Amino acid sequence: MTSAHQPGHHSEVHLRVNGKPVTLDVDHRRVLLDLLREDLDLTGSKKGCDHGQCGACTVLVDGRRLNSCLLLAVTLDGSEVTTVEGLGGDGEEPHPLQRAFLDRDAFQCGYCTPGQLCSAVGMLAEAAAGHPSHVTDPAAPSGSPVALDRAEIRERLSGNLCRCGAYPRIVEAVEDVIE
Amino acid sequence: MTATALGAPAERREGRQKVSGGARYAAEYTLPGRAHAWPVPATVAHGRVTGVDTAAALALPGVLAVLTPGDAPRLATPEDATLAVLQSPDVPHRGWPVALAVAETPEAARAAARAVRVDYAGAPHDVTLTEGHPDAYAPEEVSSGAAHVEHGDPEAAFAAAEVRVDAVYRVPPLHNHPMEPHASTAHWDGDRLTVYTSSQGGTTVRSVLAQLFELDEDRITVEAEHVGGGFGSKGTPRPDVVLAALAARHTGRPVTLAYPRRDLPAVVGHRAPTVQRLRLGADRDGRLTAVLHEVTTHTSHVKEFVEQAAVVSRVMYATPALRSAHHVVPLDVPSPSWMRAPGEAPGMYALESAVDELAHALGTDPVDLRVRNEPGSEPGTGRPFSSRHLVECLREGARRFGWAGRDPRPRSRREGPLLIGTGVAAATYPVQVAPSTATAQALPDGTFTIRLNAADIGTGARTVLAQVAADALGVPLDRVRTEVGRSELPPAPLAGGSSGTASWGWAVHEACAELAARLAAHTGPPPAEGVEVRADTTGKADAESPYARHAFGAHFAETAVDTVTGEVRVRRLLGIFAAGRILNARTGRSQFTGGMTMGLGMALTEHSSLDPAFGDFTESDLAAYHVPAHADVPDIEADWIEEDDPHLNPMGSKGIGEIGIVGTAAAIGNAVHHATGVRFRELPLTPDRILPALSAEE
Ligand code: FES
Ligand code: FES
Repeated sequence: MTSAHQPGHHSEVHLRVNGKPVTLDVDHRRVLLDLLREDLDLTGSKKGCDHGQCGACTVLVDGRRLNSCLLLAVTLDGSEVTTVEGLGGDGEEPHPLQRAFLDRDAFQCGYCTPGQLCSAVGMLAEAAAGHPSHVTDPAAPSGSPVALDRAEIRERLSGNLCRCGAYPRIVEAVEDVIE
Repeated sequence: MTATALGAPAERREGRQKVSGGARYAAEYTLPGRAHAWPVPATVAHGRVTGVDTAAALALPGVLAVLTPGDAPRLATPEDATLAVLQSPDVPHRGWPVALAVAETPEAARAAARAVRVDYAGAPHDVTLTEGHPDAYAPEEVSSGAAHVEHGDPEAAFAAAEVRVDAVYRVPPLHNHPMEPHASTAHWDGDRLTVYTSSQGGTTVRSVLAQLFELDEDRITVEAEHVGGGFGSKGTPRPDVVLAALAARHTGRPVTLAYPRRDLPAVVGHRAPTVQRLRLGADRDGRLTAVLHEVTTHTSHVKEFVEQAAVVSRVMYATPALRSAHHVVPLDVPSPSWMRAPGEAPGMYALESAVDELAHALGTDPVDLRVRNEPGSEPGTGRPFSSRHLVECLREGARRFGWAGRDPRPRSRREGPLLIGTGVAAATYPVQVAPSTATAQALPDGTFTIRLNAADIGTGARTVLAQVAADALGVPLDRVRTEVGRSELPPAPLAGGSSGTASWGWAVHEACAELAARLAAHTGPPPAEGVEVRADTTGKADAESPYARHAFGAHFAETAVDTVTGEVRVRRLLGIFAAGRILNARTGRSQFTGGMTMGLGMALTEHSSLDPAFGDFTESDLAAYHVPAHADVPDIEADWIEEDDPHLNPMGSKGIGEIGIVGTAAAIGNAVHHATGVRFRELPLTPDRILPALSAEE
């Protein structure tokens, strides 16, 4: 048996994950998703495709939503990562969006759910910061917050697939936290 | 307030775990010393492995082993030949696993799998389904019974009919693609095997592993606490669990195999493509005089599976002359299997499109035409229906959808470059139920625990079974716990065929009713160890019913077809169902909506094909195979009418997991015809098909 560890193929990275500092010696091939799941046992972030096609692995990196299966961990030194486990912060109470998902039955099997939640949280911040989407009125003033109607929510969450077809309920849950 | 748990919109019991990231799925059992496996799929469509060179793979850091057909542990011959993995050098189709790399990390396992060199002796292959394929044969049986049913003289009746529709419909191969890829974690402790696996039925996983590894079932533990969807593709064990167990035995380490997304379609089953010829004959009043539904589909050389698309014609409409028949062509393709409403979904796409064509030919409203052909008993068998409220679904749907003011003329509504149309289709799905066991335990603190090895694949089984129990016990819902998803619990059948809740609920109901009777006879609190009752519904649940038992539904769709881009968008989708008693209004609605969403995908986005040269699925992963995304899915409305059917089970429920998909594609296709005046008979309705036909029309 040979060790997985080969000099020159690993580097040390420092992250903050859900508010806690983490230092790891990572395989250069390791993506953030596997770092979370394998090294930290934070298995809330899901692997649906490993290729940036489904959104199940979505997490927040420095506040932006990203597919963690496409991020080489070694490139993230100094980043702040929030996963579904950290959305609610330190308290016992779930994030309002997590509560809304429960109220609306916005999932069935639950496998896409962590990605939907992180993606929606990131998306709300993007809209508040005035980022337009494909369906935003081109005449809307640039840089001011974008009002999120259903078409906007759907467009902006389209990177997160749900094979159980919970989409209509997810949109309602997102609307609940906007109101 | 105790007798109302059934039907209430109770919140999912595992919901908190799922939204917080705490719910663990099969690949997420990080056992100490766990290794990772990665498959090597065959790169030829037919042939034999002549050599596997593992030297380069084994030289990579962190690699533990490469299992090959030559040296993998031997298995007993499985009943399901798709599980005989790494047992022979034969390659029956492209993507068949020909080696398995095992390493300390997923990265090392993937690199090792890449470094394995496999030599093949190739043989000619054929993966192309055609209607008159020379190898087509008539199978004896399909899963619901005879492959061929016929009465009257359908050919003569069709030839003599006053109005005729004769059309061929095509549905491509489709992939289940549950969001959680098939995955298993296996661990041997001496001759004890534990697996965590993503399955719709852990009881079967255990019995199959026992047979394959020649172990007593009590040496095997199977856990499937959370399952990320299945839609049929996890109905029986698939190669991932066998490969994980082989690798764990070979290396002496716990091993996780999370099957790569792209490699799934070749090993977990798919919906086989169908070519369906529909011939409908009717008199001028729109009464059917002949129905001929003839299906050609493919299977693999590994096993026979027939997509039973023609069976729906035995259920739907009254006709004096009927033929419902299947032909199947064995090809060098991956083995097809169950995908949500296997048979019903493609079959009703064809039948309900043909009925719409007939309505158009007759100048009759398509809702009225269906009502006019409502049968008094099941057309294929003559048995009375236990309940059938299709007409009520159609009428209620028409009312809610605003069908009444519809201009029936195709191409009659235009909004700038958009053509708008509406369509309707019926749906049906059989009532299936299997024997199950369950225990119910009363504890001294006044709470109750229900135990059985049911699988919650996203249906909300834990929740609805607690509701069944609370109702039968006459206690509030919060006093009932449910334990499911582990093989040491009382054996239970799979979550499939829309039968799970009926099968499990029946056993839970029996156990609880008996427990309630015992507690009533007992004075004082239960003893410290509690009082437990076990129920087994064998002999009841599987008793032959004198009734034809099916759920029915009606789908209504509004579509907008863009004449510039050829894009079809669904604006509204409504489904009204009659499926016995709906046991949980919240999770039930989600199942209907989910089925309709998959039906929308079948109609508009989902398409797979077999590459004739390479023998591979061309669209394998989620970039190429288009599952509907948020932006594709409008406000879907699903509702039901109350149906009281005493011939089902103690809860009065029919299955609801599949019927939502059944009529959706036809309703959308019929709406597209209404919008454009063009009849498309091949799914999906993508711009490459729509646009040329529209330009031809202009
Ligand atoms: S797992 Fe990252 S996008 Fe699918
Ligand atoms: S809840 Fe199952 S995939 Fe979204």
